[in-house]
Amino acid sequence: MTVAVVQFGGSNCDRDAVRALSYLGVDAERIWHEDGLPADLDGIVLPGGFSYGDYLRAGAMAARAPIMAAVREAAEEGVPVLGVCNGAQIGSESGLTPGAFTTNASARFQCEPVHLRVERADTPWTRAYGDGEVIEVPIAHGEGRFEIDDDAYDDLVADDRVLFRYCDADGAITDDANPNGSTGNVAGILGERETVAVLMPHPERATLPDVAGSTDGEGVLRAFV
Amino acid sequence: MTGYTATVTVRLKRGVLDPEAETTRRALERLGFELSGLRSADRFDIDLEAEDADEAEERAGEMAERLLANPTIHDYEVAVAEK
Repeated sequence: MTVAVVQFGGSNCDRDAVRALSYLGVDAERIWHEDGLPADLDGIVLPGGFSYGDYLRAGAMAARAPIMAAVREAAEEGVPVLGVCNGAQIGSESGLTPGAFTTNASARFQCEPVHLRVERADTPWTRAYGDGEVIEVPIAHGEGRFEIDDDAYDDLVADDRVLFRYCDADGAITDDANPNGSTGNVAGILGERETVAVLMPHPERATLPDVAGSTDGEGVLRAFV
Repeated sequence: MTGYTATVTVRLKRGVLDPEAETTRRALERLGFELSGLRSADRFDIDLEAEDADEAEERAGEMAERLLANPTIHDYEVAVAEK
């Protein structure tokens, strides 16, 4: 059984994801998107990067690669799927999750540690945390502003599908703690099944103790353990 | 079959923040221009062969639906002209 880390042209966090997962004892391997998903599939990671140069919109091209039909099918069957950063953009562009990730309110690329509040701790991605716990994980994106129309946002909240919100160090959801202008400070959401999640921050960059100051992201990847 | 150019214009829905347009507006103002607003849009000129203008418009509309626009944040319009 293996976790497939799907590599597109321009993905660049695929190795990081494999390293972080391997550190947790997960059998993970990089899969070139044209080669298709392995038969002994245990999970899927859509890693960060700049697939296809962010042409048109971040994630737009990769979302329409043939492998994504197989990823959606696997997601519907209950295979855990995690999209991180560009992988989150690919996930939303391909309809795995609602809304869109678009240009930061600052119009700048932002690379910095942020605080996230765990909005629910009863999902595979968050069971390592407590409800309302504040974790520190880095972001690195230019198009991470979560946009969604008002009705769809209300549905998302009503269905309890917000996983993480940007917050200050004390867990308060404020405009100042919102790095990119995301609707409702949303940093990560669930798909229709709670085995599908996308988030703009990078848990794989906050997992290995010898790499980052924080290892708070490890809990997200523990969904695959 | 006739040659057409279908022009697909994709713009952000009203109310969706456009930070790049805002930055561009401020840069124009720094250059001394006076303006009360600025919106940006992406335009795609698509050359295609079709039976008639309706078919050309329909196919270009499908391209917008499937790829060129993201319905969450974009509106689009299609205009067709014979080449």
